Amino acid sequence: MTPQQPVLPSDPADTSSDEFELTRREFAVAVVAVGAVGLVGVPPAQACPRGDQVSFTVNNEVHHLTDLDARATLLDVLRERLGLFGAKKGCDQGQCGACTVHIEGRRVVSCLTLALQATDRAVTTIEGVASADGTLHPVQQAFLDHDALQCGYCTPGQIMSAIACIREGHASSVEDIREYMSGNLCRCGAYVGIVAAIQQAAASGQVG
Amino acid sequence: MIPFKYVSASSVEEVVDALAASDPPRILAGGTTLVDLMKLNVEQPSRVMDITRLSELAGFDTSGSQELVFGALTRMSDVADDPVVRSRYPVLSESLWRAASQQLRNMATLGGNLLQRTRCAYFRDLQYPCNKRDPGVGCSAIGGVNRGHALLGASDTCIAVYPGDWGTALMVLDAVVDVQSVRGRRTLKISELHREPGQTPHLETNLAADELILRIRVPTTPLGKASTYLKVRDRESYAFAVTSAAVALEMDGNLVRAARIAVGGVATRPWRAHTAEQSLVGKLFTASTARKAGDLAFENARTFDQSLFRVQLGANTVAEALKIARERA
Repeated sequence: MTPQQPVLPSDPADTSSDEFELTRREFAVAVVAVGAVGLVGVPPAQACPRGDQVSFTVNNEVHHLTDLDARATLLDVLRERLGLFGAKKGCDQGQCGACTVHIEGRRVVSCLTLALQATDRAVTTIEGVASADGTLHPVQQAFLDHDALQCGYCTPGQIMSAIACIREGHASSVEDIREYMSGNLCRCGAYVGIVAAIQQAAASGQVG
Repeated sequence: MIPFKYVSASSVEEVVDALAASDPPRILAGGTTLVDLMKLNVEQPSRVMDITRLSELAGFDTSGSQELVFGALTRMSDVADDPVVRSRYPVLSESLWRAASQQLRNMATLGGNLLQRTRCAYFRDLQYPCNKRDPGVGCSAIGGVNRGHALLGASDTCIAVYPGDWGTALMVLDAVVDVQSVRGRRTLKISELHREPGQTPHLETNLAADELILRIRVPTTPLGKASTYLKVRDRESYAFAVTSAAVALEMDGNLVRAARIAVGGVATRPWRAHTAEQSLVGKLFTASTARKAGDLAFENARTFDQSLFRVQLGANTVAEALKIARERA
C-alpha cells in the first residue's frame, strides 16, 4: 500500500506549502533532515513578510501562516496546517500526553496550547528528533530495542516526553521514571518496555 | 469552542487597563484550565488576553533572607525542582510535583494555579444545572455522584471541591499574594484569597474583577523544613487528591512548638485546620496526638452517602503527614 497523500487546507500565502505535495513518507524524511540542525536553542523566528501572518518555528523550520483561527491549538496547526502528523490527538483535554511536543525545549501538551501562544517560539516534534542521516534518536532506538509499544498511537508523545524526562534529570530510578512519565498514558499497557527503554537511553549518556 | 478575539499583552499596565475597560478579557496564562474549559464551552470569553510574554511576571527568587518571591508566571515545574524549595520547604515542592503531569507543570503558572477551577464533573458538563456556572439553577452534585465532593465548607448551593495543591500548601506558610489593578496594588493573605461558596458559588475568590495577580510571597520560616504535602489519590500519580494534607511543624526535641495543618481535595477552598493545630502545640508529639489532630481536622465534616469514607481517610492523611514532617525536624 502506498502512503496516502495528506489532505490539507490550501494556503496560497504559505511559502512552505510545497511540502504538502510530498507523500507522507517523503515528507517525514525531509522533516527529519531539517530537524537535524539541533533540537533546542533555535534563534527567534524571522518576521513575517506580511502583517496578517504569524510565524511558527517547528523543528528549526519557519512557517508563515495566514487565516489562523484563534481557537486553533498548536496540535491543530501541526497536524492540519503543517502536515506534521506525529503528535497525536488522543483525549484533546490534556490528560493522555499523546500530543506532547517541546516548546523551547520543555515538554508540553500541544492540545491545551493555543497556537497563538506558540508563535515565534521554538517547537520540536517527533519529526525533528532523528539525525539528518536517518539515525534514530537514542530514545527512539531504545523504544525499538525494548519493544516499548504495541499499537504505537501514544509512542510519539511517549518519546518526546521521555527525551525531556531524561534531560530534566528525572530518569535516575524506575520510581522517578514512573512518576515523571505519568502524563503519558498507554492503553496497550506497554509501560514495562517504556520504562526499560528510558532506563537504557538515560544510562547511555547520549541524551543531553 | 466559541470564537474569541486573542490579544497578547506586552505590559502589566496594558493588562490592568483592559481588565478595567468594558468587555474585559479573560486572562490566559498556562491555559491548562482556561483552554480546557473553553473547549467544553464552560468558559465562553469573547476576548482572551495572553500574558505569558510578560517577562516582569516570570521568574522567582528563593535566595532572600526575608521571603521567597514567586512571579505569577513562574511555571510549577521550575519551583518543584528548585533546590532551596526542595530542601527547606518540601511542602511547597511536593504540592507542585504531586500535581498534574510534568507537561502540565511546564505550562501551568503559580498564579494561574491558585485560580484553578473545580473539577466537579457537573460544573464541567453543560447538560447539568450548576449554580457555579449559572447562579440559581440548582446543584446537580447534591444528590448526584458525590464521592469526591466537599466535606468542609460546602453550602446548600454548591459542594464543589477546590482542586489545587499549591494553594493548600501556601496556607501553612502564611503566604501573601500581590495584586494590581488600575486602582493600585494591594496584598492579600493567601487565607483571604478564596471564598466558601455560601449563596454565591460563582464567586470563587476575593479578587476584584479587574485585579491581576503579580506575585506570591512566602515569608522565610523554620516551619518550612519539617513540612510535607501528602496526597492520597485513586492512582499513584497524575490524579487529583481524594484527600491531602499540608503540614509544617516547629519542634523542640519532641515538643511541638508550632504546628500548621491544611487539608486539600476535601473542601470548597484551601482549608486551614486551626483546632487540629492547637491540639498539638505545647505537647509531646506521639502517634496518638497526631491521630487526634487528624480527627479534629474533620470534626465539622459533612458527608454524603458516597463520601463517608473520606472523613477517616482524610484524618489518617493528616496523621501520616504529621509523622513525615516530624521525621524531618
